[in-house]
Amino acid sequence: MSVIEIPKPDPRILARRDAIIAGLAALLPPTSLITEEDERRAYETDALTAYRRVPLAVVLPETTEQVSKVLTFLNQEGVKVVARGAGTSLAGGAIPSEDAVVLGVSKMNRILDVDTVNRTIRVEAGVTNLGVTAAVSHLGFFYAPDPSSQLACTIAGNIAMNSGGAHCLKYGVTTNNVLGVKIVLIDGTIVEIGGAHLDSGGLDLLGLVVGSEGQFGVVTEATLRILPMAEGARPMLMGFQSAEDAGACVAAIIASGIIPVAIEYMDKPAIKVCEAFAHAGYPLDVEALLIIEVEGSEAEIEDLIGRITKIAADYNPSGLRISQSEAESAAIWKGRKSAFGAMGRLADYICMDGTIPTGQLSAVLTGIARICDGYGLRVSNIFHAGDGNLHPLVLFNANDPAEQEKAERCGEDILKLCVDLGGCLTGEHGVGIEKRDLMTYQFNTIDLDQQMRVKSALDPQWLLNPHKVFPLAGRPV
Amino acid sequence: MPMTSILLPDTEAEIEAIVHEAAQSRSGLAIHGGGTRAIGGHVHVDRTLSLQQMSGITLYEPSELVISARAGTPMAEIEATLAVNRQRLPFEPIDYRRLLGGHGTPTIGGVTASNSSGPRRIQAGAARDSLIGIRATTGRGETIKSGGRVMKNVTGYDFVKLMAGSWGTLGILTEVTYKLLPEVETETTLLFSGLSAERAVAAMTEALATPFEITGAAHLPAVDGAPSRTLLRLEGFAASVAYRIGRLEAVLRPFGAFEEIGLEASRVLWKAIRDVEALEAPRDAVIWRISVRPSDGPAIGAKLEASLGARLLYDWAGGLIWASVPADGDGGAAIVRGAVAAAGGHALLVRGSSALRAAVPVFQPEAAPVAAMARRIRETFDPAGILNPGRM
Repeated sequence: MSVIEIPKPDPRILARRDAIIAGLAALLPPTSLITEEDERRAYETDALTAYRRVPLAVVLPETTEQVSKVLTFLNQEGVKVVARGAGTSLAGGAIPSEDAVVLGVSKMNRILDVDTVNRTIRVEAGVTNLGVTAAVSHLGFFYAPDPSSQLACTIAGNIAMNSGGAHCLKYGVTTNNVLGVKIVLIDGTIVEIGGAHLDSGGLDLLGLVVGSEGQFGVVTEATLRILPMAEGARPMLMGFQSAEDAGACVAAIIASGIIPVAIEYMDKPAIKVCEAFAHAGYPLDVEALLIIEVEGSEAEIEDLIGRITKIAADYNPSGLRISQSEAESAAIWKGRKSAFGAMGRLADYICMDGTIPTGQLSAVLTGIARICDGYGLRVSNIFHAGDGNLHPLVLFNANDPAEQEKAERCGEDILKLCVDLGGCLTGEHGVGIEKRDLMTYQFNTIDLDQQMRVKSALDPQWLLNPHKVFPLAGRPV
Repeated sequence: MPMTSILLPDTEAEIEAIVHEAAQSRSGLAIHGGGTRAIGGHVHVDRTLSLQQMSGITLYEPSELVISARAGTPMAEIEATLAVNRQRLPFEPIDYRRLLGGHGTPTIGGVTASNSSGPRRIQAGAARDSLIGIRATTGRGETIKSGGRVMKNVTGYDFVKLMAGSWGTLGILTEVTYKLLPEVETETTLLFSGLSAERAVAAMTEALATPFEITGAAHLPAVDGAPSRTLLRLEGFAASVAYRIGRLEAVLRPFGAFEEIGLEASRVLWKAIRDVEALEAPRDAVIWRISVRPSDGPAIGAKLEASLGARLLYDWAGGLIWASVPADGDGGAAIVRGAVAAAGGHALLVRGSSALRAAVPVFQPEAAPVAAMARRIRETFDPAGILNPGRM
């Protein structure tokens, strides 16, 4: 049924399972090793649930030193390792194979140091994204990247995938907010890269590690930038009768010199579902909805909202509504942030993550509608309009294997369209297994070979999360 | 000294051919953008590959806040083009010609290869944070791409970041793409006089802990009887700037009263800070660029003043120290590096004689595991070691 291949396990590794587990048991406290099948099954997949494989074993180390010992051992034994944060990857980044050990960072979840003078925080990598903000919010600070899964997802996973979120239009994505990491390489070497200071004194290894999808090592600690919270923030809703109007309005706002904190887009099907779920007061009689958030003092917010309203007037907005209270703001964002969950109550879906130049917004929406029509599938568009990062949800019935395959092919066509329009396959979710086989569409052999050379240099046996990112064919032997 | 021959390719294909040949004959190439950032170890080669002919803006979409240019495009051309649409590069790159005394033309490729970022770094990020796409010819003579022209892109490894600040040692940048910001309506600088470095850093970090979006925080110590100056820059819409100044007045009251410096004078002031004009003379002094935690800045600065007679400029709220040190002995290397190693950070020897640059490492020596990781990565890009050999 499934179109994405997960390689067959290596029988030589499976045959040595008992010895491998015994070796791990000697390195870890008993509570850090999971061997029973029913418990291992909890680690068989991530948020790309159509694919699952029960791993050989699961280890949950408590310290960097334990991670180092485990990796040293598994490297010697030639056993694959799949690092795992909270398992919220939509791209299959944390899906193991049956001959791999899952290394979860969930027990490494302490806040190590908060430094408001230098505006940094040092955390163990298993701390959740929201946990970082929670640790500093009483001091008036926050951690900026805000993926929709922020309640659950870990900093380790955010670093692996270079996660974004709705508010990165102003504050940047993970790579712009990480100052240092402690990473354990496959041979057990512990490397400290960066620190609480800015920029690198040598090659920017930090920039390379962020977004490397767990293929270079296991990040166990991170130093992150924290920012002072704005005095206030307020979302406003604007409906439009066409995607073209909404897209043109976004471009006009940005061209005017205003960078809102967030500009989110929803199409009609998404509006309907999210409104039914969150009762946010979204207008139901429009084709497209923008949620625009601005921040600052009361006067600054009013000024910005006034400017945006004036710009928007040229694009036939309807249902213009400015949040009047904290509760209303929360409801507006609840609708947006629970959009994927709410859609999931309606149908199964795959969530795509292409990015396009913002000037291609209406072209891409027209193209997506045409592609989905061609497959006879429904689609709903929810995305970060300010930076062109699309999340079309292709709806299908997971109980129908033929339809699932159709949905995956439809998704592929959408991503190819994004590349054709000058964009890319993935803006913030990562390649994982999901988009692995499309990499040849965005990159040529020279590009991919150089990326794989770096992989080979840092992980010569390709043991770290090996089945991800690169097509299975064409890898170094 | 042998004559250096200069190669002036004007296509990627020509660059590839040159690099291919150089890799086969294992003869190194010095890589030049406009030749204004002659920083790094001495590159002992007899051929220079200049990107002067690889020039021109290849894409500019004002409504999408994105620009692409070939690596040899002069910064002046980029800035003039952006100014027409009231846009700018966010990270305020230094023009090194004052400090290093060069006469070349700063290029976008040079800015990228050196990850040059000025005072606005603290709020808008470094060059590497605005860089969204690159094309580069590696030491294998192959041209790779990474990133693209879109704002968010996690497709494949982030060679965009890796190339920024690699000083032409991993690949020869041929084209770069940056995201832009709108030019601001106005700016005002708050000037505090007479603060010690310690108090100045306290004031600057206090200001940066507010939501009032400080885009520049610098301290110029007292010189020749003139009192020290501590500067905080605010940018944005006029009403917003005025409001934020009012709020900061209350927060910063313990540091005394401040003067307000308006748009024109403020621009001149921050350009001077960006280009480190205060330390331009004496020309024979050694210049260090030191990045540490802001709170560590004053103690390190005091040590350099006491031990080396250093003259200083603090940027980035104290996190970036520019130090001018008399050119005696090791140019202060042991003391600078010792202080930085103890606190965590890095120091770059920006200006010094060839003899000094041959005698002490120009870049911060790395811990063994970091150096090993960097070496393994470097070997994949430039296995023959022909790109700017000895520079990093």
